[in-house]
Amino acid sequence: MTNSPEEKIPDLPPTTTESESPLAAPDPEEPSDVLDRDTYDTIREPRSAGRLPLGDGTWHQLARQYVWVQLISIGVVFLIVLAAVLFVTLVWGQWWAWIPGGIFLGILAWTIIITPRQARAYGYQLRRDDLVFRRGILWQRVVAVPYGRMQLVDITHGPLDRGFGIAQLKLVTAAASTGVVIPGLKQEAAEQLRDTLVDVAEARRTGL
Amino acid sequence: MSDLPSPSQPADAPAAPVAQARVAAPKLSDGEWHRLHPLTPLFRGGLVLVVIAGIVIANLRDRLVFLFLPWLDDDIDIDVEVEEWRGGDPVDFIIANNLYLVAGLAVLGILLVLIGLFYLSWRFHTFRITGDDVEVRSGVLFRTHRRAPLDRVQGVNLTRPMFARLVGMAKLEVVGAGLDSNVKLEYLSTSNAEAVRADILRLASGRRLAEARADAATAPGGAGPTRRAAAASVVSAGINGLISGAEEPVGEPESVVHIPVGRLIASRLLSTSTLWLIAIIIAIIVGSIAGTPWVLFSLVPALIGFGAYWVRTITRSLRYSIAPTPSGVRITFGLFTTITEILPPGRVHAVEVSQSVLWRPAGWWEITVNRLSGRGLADGANDQFATVLPVGTRDDVERVLRLLMPDLPENEWPLVFEHGLLGPRPDDPYTNTPRRARVLRLLSWKRNGFLLLPDALLMRRGAIWRKLAIFPLARLQSIGIEQGPVDRALSVANIRAHTIAGRVYSRLGILDRDAALAAFEGIEAAALAAASRDHSHRWAGEAAVGEPFSPVPERNPLPERELPVPEPVEGSPAPGEPR
Repeated sequence: MTNSPEEKIPDLPPTTTESESPLAAPDPEEPSDVLDRDTYDTIREPRSAGRLPLGDGTWHQLARQYVWVQLISIGVVFLIVLAAVLFVTLVWGQWWAWIPGGIFLGILAWTIIITPRQARAYGYQLRRDDLVFRRGILWQRVVAVPYGRMQLVDITHGPLDRGFGIAQLKLVTAAASTGVVIPGLKQEAAEQLRDTLVDVAEARRTGL
Repeated sequence: MSDLPSPSQPADAPAAPVAQARVAAPKLSDGEWHRLHPLTPLFRGGLVLVVIAGIVIANLRDRLVFLFLPWLDDDIDIDVEVEEWRGGDPVDFIIANNLYLVAGLAVLGILLVLIGLFYLSWRFHTFRITGDDVEVRSGVLFRTHRRAPLDRVQGVNLTRPMFARLVGMAKLEVVGAGLDSNVKLEYLSTSNAEAVRADILRLASGRRLAEARADAATAPGGAGPTRRAAAASVVSAGINGLISGAEEPVGEPESVVHIPVGRLIASRLLSTSTLWLIAIIIAIIVGSIAGTPWVLFSLVPALIGFGAYWVRTITRSLRYSIAPTPSGVRITFGLFTTITEILPPGRVHAVEVSQSVLWRPAGWWEITVNRLSGRGLADGANDQFATVLPVGTRDDVERVLRLLMPDLPENEWPLVFEHGLLGPRPDDPYTNTPRRARVLRLLSWKRNGFLLLPDALLMRRGAIWRKLAIFPLARLQSIGIEQGPVDRALSVANIRAHTIAGRVYSRLGILDRDAALAAFEGIEAAALAAASRDHSHRWAGEAAVGEPFSPVPERNPLPERELPVPEPVEGSPAPGEPR
């Protein structure tokens, strides 16, 4: 599902709303419990004192089901690779297959181990004029996107995602490097977030 | 080349009779559907025809020699007794069976079909320019309809390939905001292309077209001369244009930068590719001494390749000019294929001034920009459109930057030039890499830093390859801050400005964590403020009708003596010069 705010009002003058139409703009900061239903409640951070701090404001987090979806999909790949390696070694007797297979399986196992930690490190904050997104523990990344810069909000969900009722929300600006992808939102939360973002983006649209 | 005065120019320009005759033709930007130049299929399909002709000629070479130069060749004997098709020469078969008429008719038929197809595709290829967008319809069976909204126009390019230039035609490209989103009008007669470009930019700027109409109406229209005379004068004008450079409507400002040919060639020779060439030559010579001498022969293709590359880069940058116009910065370059691009205000997303260590003794700099070129990612021409100043002295850099960033206040320019390009100086205003983390920026840690101005973010990097990246905050898409494990141990962080894709590197590493966090918040707030002030998508919309928009503020006149006087061959012909 894709919403392009651009098509609706191509000629909207580039105004910010603070001075001119404060009532027309929905307030993104308005607390909404749909976003926080069944999610994690604390952001996982690195322990070192030199980390990028959380700052103030409330962070919304991912739904708990996201971890299960990730674990299942990685686990399936793990089992397939394991079966292939076992087949090659036991049936054909090619023992060297353990070298690439072992490396691959090791990486997959490590991914499975850190997935729950990683999922807790995702967070997003709806501030007055921008959305702040953070992810990562070892490699931390924080991005702030002004609402007016959004070109597109994209929601995708695969079959497994649908089974667990979650979706992935992608936020597209004119810069490819922005790269804000929020995986694992509850479907209602994703839809509400999308509607909020589109409304706010429309009200604060600026040029490219 | 004498053309009709662009509608922004009043009719006092000396125009040739042909040009006047063309003014009398209906304007192409009146909101109706129009067709392209009738010779368009010849140039677009011309390549295919040339290839086919080449294949035919190559296959019938002996036969043609025999036909036209019979005394040269006695070896070809035509076997007249061939009666049936035996997989031999088809021409022999035709001659033997006396099928001249059939063969002639077949060739004629194919030609007619081809011409018919070209004619159809030309007839169905129409364009329209309205107050809100540019539309192009094309295709006979599969119709395509492309529409570009004018308030998203990123620039208009006028390309004049050598052969099209000879007959006075040009290719107009309206640059849209997206990958492969350009609307191309190829080909138009040069004068029409100029007029259409001026109209598109005027419409996009938010000014009223009525203005242009009034101007055009004052242009003298008259009965045109005969078609043949018109064609002849078009060709001669094209040749003049080829000699004298890109035509500029009279009265447009002169280029603010003049690049001597010597400097251009020297700068291309002093590039990193030269270092690579030298390294390859040394490797080959060593290889030939240590191993087999035959390796030496691989030098030849390498040298030819590099030679072609140099010639191409040099001819591409020859006849460079950059000048302010009412609708933006106009950049012209190219010796054989001349490209004139107009970059409206507020279409530059990032600027980088860089200087390699080889250029430092001469004090030369290069300027590249990030802009939307509307082409696919793999398009080789992207690089060309990214370079705004191929090589220039500090004064040139100053003039070009003032054109590109007209909004920067006068008191902030020293921060760009003194501290940004040449820094660090004493009492450096930039926030630099902390001393504790200098191990991560061994050479450049004193220079590696940023400065946040109300309208722009400056990132200064590199001790050997000096670079200064300038990001107009009104164009900044988003801002990111990153930190890896090593950074965390040293309590530093990296900031990254997210702009549209381009050659400008937008990441600045190893800054003090608290400074980086403060910058993150500060840049975000400043970007929001700048974006709300920005009205450049309809850049002249608020300006009163008739009041010319000036991208160059009057507060920074440069000393007169520094302005180069372009020689007639290099730049535009001086106004009033007889043509």
